[in-house]
Amino acid sequence: MSNRKLPVYLDYSATTPVDPRVAELMCSYLTPDGNFGNPASRSHEYGWEADKAVAQARAQVAALINADPKEIVWTSGATESDNLAIKGVAHFYKKKGKHIITCKTEHKAVLDTCRQLEREGYEVTYLDPQSNGLIDLGKLKAAMRDDTILVSIMHVNNEIGVIQDIKAIGEMTRERGIIFHVDGAQSAGKVPIDIQDLKVDLMSFSAHKIYGPKGVGALYVRRKPRIRLEAQMHGGGHERGMRSGTLAVHQIVGMGEAFRLAKEEMAAENERLLMLRNRLWDGLKDMEEVYLNGDLEQRVAANLNISFNFVEGESLIMAVKDLAVSSGSACTSASLEPSYVLRALGRSDELAHSSIRFSFGRFSTIEDVDYAISLMRDKVEKLRELSPLWEMYKEGVDLSKVQWAAH
Amino acid sequence: MAYSDKVIDHYENPRNVGSYDKSDETVGTGMVGAPACGDVMKLQIKVNESGVIEDAKFKTYGCGSAIASSSLLTEWVKGKTLDQAREIKNTAIAEELELPPVKVHCSVLAEDAIKAAIEDYQSKQSD
Repeated sequence: MSNRKLPVYLDYSATTPVDPRVAELMCSYLTPDGNFGNPASRSHEYGWEADKAVAQARAQVAALINADPKEIVWTSGATESDNLAIKGVAHFYKKKGKHIITCKTEHKAVLDTCRQLEREGYEVTYLDPQSNGLIDLGKLKAAMRDDTILVSIMHVNNEIGVIQDIKAIGEMTRERGIIFHVDGAQSAGKVPIDIQDLKVDLMSFSAHKIYGPKGVGALYVRRKPRIRLEAQMHGGGHERGMRSGTLAVHQIVGMGEAFRLAKEEMAAENERLLMLRNRLWDGLKDMEEVYLNGDLEQRVAANLNISFNFVEGESLIMAVKDLAVSSGSACTSASLEPSYVLRALGRSDELAHSSIRFSFGRFSTIEDVDYAISLMRDKVEKLRELSPLWEMYKEGVDLSKVQWAAH
Repeated sequence: MAYSDKVIDHYENPRNVGSYDKSDETVGTGMVGAPACGDVMKLQIKVNESGVIEDAKFKTYGCGSAIASSSLLTEWVKGKTLDQAREIKNTAIAEELELPPVKVHCSVLAEDAIKAAIEDYQSKQSD
């Protein structure tokens, strides 16, 4: 009998556990015997100590991306960072233009923010990615206009893990004088980021994707050339007026420590994660009708997104209940729409409905991966026995030619 | 999504999985749903001379509730006349399986499937 904790957690792209080293540090910033002060209190030592802790965390977050600590603005998470960046730029520079460019595979925090700006009278171009998930730079260039004020492209996609060429995009935006925002929620700690080498103007970060706590994030705001934002949260003028609100010191300290550990351990960790990913893919790829979603080379080590054709994702999730993974199928939503990311890659509805995202992390083991392989193989076979689509495929029926009674 | 014990039971031990020869005169086949919507149900009934459903088989591509709805349906239709089977309502399936509102469409699909299977059988007899 294995003493493994079930279900096995392979959903690190959704969130990560807080590293115990981070949690321990955070605890010392809460209680009466700890460092609980308000960093905005300038009149006593409690405030000064808290301010010092925040400054250190700011330096740690900045260090991971080689930025100046003054360029880091604390937020409640990547969603808020995306909102602040996109709305903040759009509102501040509205006299310059009202056109924004993004991509159909962005996170909802970007897409829904852009939708809101459309309601306010802005114009947004949503680029189609290529079938491997990467942006066609030629298409991006063609979409740029004289009134384009902002391009927002994520670094690493949350569903399929592909890495966009933000260095090349930054060269293009800077040349045209367009501000470039990058959602880096899924890339920090997984891909080396040297902001000095990138012409990225704004970059969103989250703590809980890299072993920090939920509820805290940051926005990198470039100082040279200086990027201006209209604040979305008004109040005491914290964070140089860009984001008011008493700083959540314990959260911030946790994010700082998580980013410090990421900087220290990323190289070794990536090597191990890549080994796990290759092991999983090698263990599954010889199955019939299995498709990898997203480019395999331009991809973070921690992500594998696979479609098991002719098996519906939600039933597969149910069958592998001893694995904590996520599916691109959304049978419970009112629309019954499968993953918009996979649809944007041109995947058929069937394949989008049949997708499973595996994402690994710091506490994943070889045993976890081997367990996942045997469970997936077994359950996919069982569900295919149940599947009329599999039966038709085996009979040689071309499913794309069948007239379905859609409901 | 929390499934009821009944859904889980049918999902883990589906009854009457399989296929009959579609061209068999005594078999009626109903295939409903679409891959694009995330569920396709194939229900087949085998009908004897006196118009009673002797046996039924299904295959379903879909979520756990869709699989359970069709599995339950194959149990219910056995021994019923075509007229009785036609009377099976999706609400009864949804109630028996304690389907939440977002999953009621799975039971609707099952009702559609039995109606389609009966129709197919009857069109074969009138030829």
